[in-house]
Parts: sequence; structure tokens; C-alpha cells
Amino acid sequence: MAHIDLQNDLPGIRGLMAYRPETAAHLNALAEILLRDDDNTLTRGERELIGTYVSYLNDCHFCQQVHGALAGHYFECSVEEIDAIKSNGTSDMVSPKMTALLAIAAKVQQGGKQVTSGLVDKAREAGASDREIHDTVLISASFCMFNRYVDGLGTWAPEDRQFYLNRAPQRAKEGYLMTDLKK
Amino acid sequence: MAHINVPEGVPGIRSLVMFRPETGKHLYDLAQVLLRDESPLTQAERELIAAYVSRLNECVFCSNSHAAAARCLYDGDRGLVDEVLQDMQASSISDKMKSLLHIAGKVQVLGKEVNADDIAAARSQGATDRELHDTVLIAAAFCMFNRYVDGLATLTPQEPEAYAEMGVRMVEKGYVLPQQPIQS
Repeated sequence: MAHIDLQNDLPGIRGLMAYRPETAAHLNALAEILLRDDDNTLTRGERELIGTYVSYLNDCHFCQQVHGALAGHYFECSVEEIDAIKSNGTSDMVSPKMTALLAIAAKVQQGGKQVTSGLVDKAREAGASDREIHDTVLISASFCMFNRYVDGLGTWAPEDRQFYLNRAPQRAKEGYLMTDLKK
Repeated sequence: MAHINVPEGVPGIRSLVMFRPETGKHLYDLAQVLLRDESPLTQAERELIAAYVSRLNECVFCSNSHAAAARCLYDGDRGLVDEVLQDMQASSISDKMKSLLHIAGKVQVLGKEVNADDIAAARSQGATDRELHDTVLIAAAFCMFNRYVDGLATLTPQEPEAYAEMGVRMVEKGYVLPQQPIQS
């Protein structure tokens, strides 16, 4: 049960967003532009992967399952393959550029000052642009917010991973600007 | 020097939102709703939570600028902000704010650190659901802003006067997306 009376029984961040729509509107708009906007050289799958990895590092069950299922949907791979990336920060499916960006995301999770020039240079050498480095840092930072929001208010989340896998295709289609949170 | 090619001479988050206004817009809108719009917590209290979390995250730009805004808003009791940043538990702030700042400090570590006892303690001091919600989301949001600002190694002014000026602007104008300076 959540730490506060949300006046709904929606899981994870959805319960919080229904409780406080004034902040939800901007949180959703931020997620939409960071993770789904087509004006981006990182694919939707790559951006969801950064969100998944950071949520895993923050030990946030709800966020890592939601975004892991979305990443798997875009990459057309199994949840086990996503798990392997979470554990190792890379895999055969992940490009050297994305591996370098995931390393930056992991440092941001620990604290902004942990990101060194050496890590940024490495990402650049692997072909990352300033915009891609920017978006990686902001996606990681934003999940350090989303994860703390979800867990800090003690929201509930379905344990069964199938729940998240079943919802992913519809979520991918509809995006984050949900007009009806109850769906 | 910043890790990416942001406008030169522009400090902190302002340089980042000029580099990428599409995301900057939503970040500023979020700050405006959380720190300025309607809430049972005063603007001063909310700025203080922001400064406190930023200090725990050792983000010099955010902690100094939001502390400056809080000092303006606690007009008449400006010393309170410094007391809290120095030693929150020993400060003369209300017991309710102490219990909320304690929760904000837990959120700074990680969401799961907040437990039922922390919530019960805040409630016994009169904190409402909305106040608990806003405290947690402000603390969480500053765990984002701080990482964004430091993760890209933005310019951090050293002079206290620079922050005093920012604090006044933040109180008078609120969170309005800064415009890119015209290139000569």
C-alpha cells in the first residue's frame, strides 16, 4: 500500500499521476520527448534501454519492468536478453556507442560529478554526438527522479513480469501523453 | 568546461536548456508547478527542500541558487536557511518541516529508504498527504536536476553575489525558460 491515500488503486507512477495531475502533465511531457520523440538519433529502444538500466541500478521494480518490457518490444528480443544487458551494462546486441552511453548513464545514477571527461571522450570516439550525450545524461537523471518518486511514496507494483510484457505493445503505440490514466 | 557544447558563460541548468529547449521547457514547467504554484507548503518551504537536497547531492549551483531563493522568501528570517543547511536537526525550523526534510533526505539516498515510521512521524507533526507527496516529488526532482547540472559539468559561479542575484530573479519571475543570447 502506498504511504499516502492516492484515492485510486493504479500501480506505480500511474497512481501518483492520477493523484496529482498538475505535476503529471509535465512529467509525462518530459518522458514523451525524451523517450519517444522522433527527432532523435538514439532509437526509441536505445532510450528505453537507458531508462531500464538506470531503474535497475536504482532497484525500482515497477520502472525497470515497464521500461524493460518496452525496450524488449522495440529490440524484438526476450526479457532474458534485457536482463543480461542490465547485469552487464552491455551485450552482443548493444553497439559500442550505446555501451559507452550506458556507462555514462550508470555514473549519473551514482551522482552527476561521477561523469568524467574520459568517459565522455570514449562515447565521442564511439560516435556519440553532443545531443546523444546530453539526452543520455538527462534520461538517466530523470529516471533517478521517476524511480525515487515511485518508491519514495511506497506505491505498489504487480510482481508478475508477464503483466508488463502484455502491456508493452499498447504502451509503445500510445506513448506517455495518456489522456486517460485509468486505461 | 562543460562536457558538451553549451552557450559559453551561461551558468548551470540555464546553459543546458538553451542547448536543448525542447526538454528544457518541460523541466522549467515542472519546477514552476512544484515550487511556485498552489501547494499546502509555502514557496519558502519548497525552495528550502530543494536547497537541502541539492546540498546533500553536493550540487553547488543548485544548492546555492535555491538557498538564495529561499532566503528571499523567508524574508525576515533569512538565517533560518543557513541553519538548516548547516545542521537541519539542530536548526530552529518547525518540527513538521524537520520531519519533511528528513524524508527528503531519505529520498535523496533512494526511494526505498523512506519507511512507514518516517511517514508516521511526519503525520504526527501535522503533515498531510499532499505535503508528503510534494516533499517526495520535490526531493526526487532535485535528484534529477542536480545530476543533469553536474553530469554535464556546467559552469558553476563561485561568487556569492551571483547567487544572490539569481535568488531575487527566481522569486520575482519564477521559472521561465531562458532564451538563447543573440550571437554577435
